[in-house]
Amino acid sequence: MSAVREQEELQREGADAFVQLEIVGRTPWQLFWARFKRDKIAILALGFIVLLVLCAIFAGPLSSAFGHPPNAQYPNKLDAFGTPTGPSSSFLFGVDQLGRDVFSRVLYGAQVSLEVALIATVLSVAIGVVLGMVAGYYRGWVDTIISRFIDITLAFPILLLALGIASACSLGNGCVAGLVHPGLGTVIVAIVVINWTYIGRIIRGQVLSLREKEFIEAARASGARARTIIFREILPNLVAPIIVYSTLIIPQNILLEAALSYLGVGITPPRASWGQMLSDATPIYNTAWWYFAFPGGALLLTVLAFNLLGDGVRDALDPRTTT
Amino acid sequence: MGAYIVRRFLWAILLLLVVSFLTFVIFDVFPSADPAVLRAGRNATPALIHQIRINLGLNKPFYIQYWRYLKGLALHFDLGYSYYNSESVRSEIFSRLPATISLTVGAFIVWMLIGLPVGIVSAIRPRTLLDRTLMGGALVAISAPVYFIGLLALFLFANGTGLVNWFDGAGSYVPISQSPATWFGSLILPWFTLAAAFAAFYARMTRGNLIDTMGEDYIRTARAKGLRESLVIGKHGLRAALTPIVTMAGMDVGLLLGGAILTETVFNIPGVGRYAYEAITNSDLPAIQGTVLFGAFFIVFANLVVDILYAFLDPRVTYG
Repeated sequence: MSAVREQEELQREGADAFVQLEIVGRTPWQLFWARFKRDKIAILALGFIVLLVLCAIFAGPLSSAFGHPPNAQYPNKLDAFGTPTGPSSSFLFGVDQLGRDVFSRVLYGAQVSLEVALIATVLSVAIGVVLGMVAGYYRGWVDTIISRFIDITLAFPILLLALGIASACSLGNGCVAGLVHPGLGTVIVAIVVINWTYIGRIIRGQVLSLREKEFIEAARASGARARTIIFREILPNLVAPIIVYSTLIIPQNILLEAALSYLGVGITPPRASWGQMLSDATPIYNTAWWYFAFPGGALLLTVLAFNLLGDGVRDALDPRTTT
Repeated sequence: MGAYIVRRFLWAILLLLVVSFLTFVIFDVFPSADPAVLRAGRNATPALIHQIRINLGLNKPFYIQYWRYLKGLALHFDLGYSYYNSESVRSEIFSRLPATISLTVGAFIVWMLIGLPVGIVSAIRPRTLLDRTLMGGALVAISAPVYFIGLLALFLFANGTGLVNWFDGAGSYVPISQSPATWFGSLILPWFTLAAAFAAFYARMTRGNLIDTMGEDYIRTARAKGLRESLVIGKHGLRAALTPIVTMAGMDVGLLLGGAILTETVFNIPGVGRYAYEAITNSDLPAIQGTVLFGAFFIVFANLVVDILYAFLDPRVTYG
C-alpha cells in the first residue's frame, strides 16, 4: 500500500464523514486493523503463520495421520549402501540417514522453532523494555551503566558469543552451577542475553524524547511516583514500537536458534529441529536432496513470513514509513 | 581532533578489557565441568589432574586466575592451548586467517557490487514493478539461512555433485599462494552465498536512505537550479545516503573477519570460523574462547577505524 494513496484514502474517508456529519470513533486497534488488512502480502504471511502454529500444535495427530512417529527408525527405507530413500506415498518428504520420517520431523521441528521464537522474544522484549525505560527515564549513571553494557554486548560477534555461551553450558551439568541446562534452556539464554540490547537501545531512545513531553511533566507535577510514570504514562506510548520490533526480532530469533542447532549446540537430539536436520543433511546433500530441501524450505518460509508480517505491522502502525 | 582520537582509543582499550573479562567469566567460571579434567583427557589419574590444576593455577582464587589470563593476553596475545591437540590457539587461528580474509574480502566486494546498485535502482523508481520485484527478492535473501543457500548452491552448481558442474564445490579451497586460479574458482560459490543476505540487507538500507535523502530540501534546490537528475542523485543524494552504509560496511567486515562460521562450515573452508566449529564438536573450550575473543577484537578494532574515519568524512561530527 503506497503511503500517498493511503493518505488520499484517509482524506476521502474524512471528507465522507464530513458530508454525512457522522463521525465514527475508532480505537487505535481498529485503525491499525483497517490499515493492516489492506496489505494483502502481510495477510498472506499471517495466514501462513497461523497454519504453521496449527501444524506445530497438532504435530502428533498430523504425523500419525500422514506419516510416522518422529523418532521411529525404518532401516528398510535405506538402500544397500545406507543411502536414504526419497519422497514416496508413505514417506511424503522421504527419510533421513537413520531411516526416520522427514515429514514428521519437519512438523515437530516447527514446535521447537516457534517455542524458542516465542519464549526468547518475550523475554528479550521484557528485559529490553524495562531496562530501556529505566535508562531513558532516569538518565545519569543508571543510563551510563545500561548503555555501556549494551555497547559491550554489541562488541561481541553475535553468533560466536551465542555459540560460546551455548557450548560452555553444554558441557557437564550446564553452567552457572547447573542453573542453565544444555538444550532448549541454553539456546534461549544465549539468544536473550544478546537480543534484549537491540530492543533496549530503541526503547531508551524513545523514552529520552517522551520524558520531556508535557504530560509527563504534568504527572510529575501532580506528584506521581517514578514507577507510576514509567509504567502508566510512558509504557502505553511505547506499545507501537514494542509491537513492531517484537515482530521484527522473531525471525532473527528463529534464525539464531536454527544456526545454533546447525552448529551442534542447540536443541539436543533426538528432538527434531530444522537447524539440526540441515546439519545432518550437509554431508549427504548430493544423495538426499529432500533432507535439506524440506527443513530448509520450511525455515526459509517461516522466517520470510515473519519478516513480511513485521513489515506489514510496521507500515500499518506508522503511516509515515516509506519503505 | 587529537583528543577525539585519543578518547576513542581509550574507549576501545576499555572495551577490550571488559570483553576479555566477560569471555573469562563465560568460559572459565560459568561451566560446571572441571577444566583440569577436560585438559587431562580420558583415563587420567587423580594425581595427573591434581598436577594440571596446580600448573594452570586453577587452585588459585578467581581474580588471580583472571590476572594471569589477562597478562598472557596483553603481553603475548596468549589465547591458551587447545584441550583437543594441545596446540597454541593463537597460532592455530593465525594459520587459518588467510582463508577467512579471502572469503570475507571477496564476499564484501560481491555484496557491495550487487547491494548498492539494486538499492539505488529501487530508490529511483519506488513502488514500480521493478522495485517491488527487487525488494521482494531481497527479503527472501534476508530470510534464507546462509547454510541453506550454501547447500542449495552446492546441490545446483558444484562440480561432481551438482545438477550442473559449473563451480568447484565444498572442500576445494587452496591458499592463493599455491594456485591463484584454483583459489578463485573454489571461492566463487562461498562468496556469493555469504554475500547474498548482506547484499539484500544493503540494498534495503540504500533504498530507504536514498528515498529519505531525496525528500530533503537541498535536493529540491539542486533540482530547481536545473541540475541534471543523474547529477542530483549521484552528487547530492548518494553522498548523504551512503555515509551510514560505509559505517555499517566497516563493522560487518570486522564481524566477518572473526570467522564466517556458517559459510566456512558448509563449504569446508579451513578458516577461523571452521576452527570454531571444530572446537565446538570437540568441546574444546580454550579454542572456542580464543575465537570469540579474536572475533571481538576485530569488531572493536573495526569500530575504532570507522569512528575515526567518520570524523574525517562527516563534517557534522564534532571532536569536542
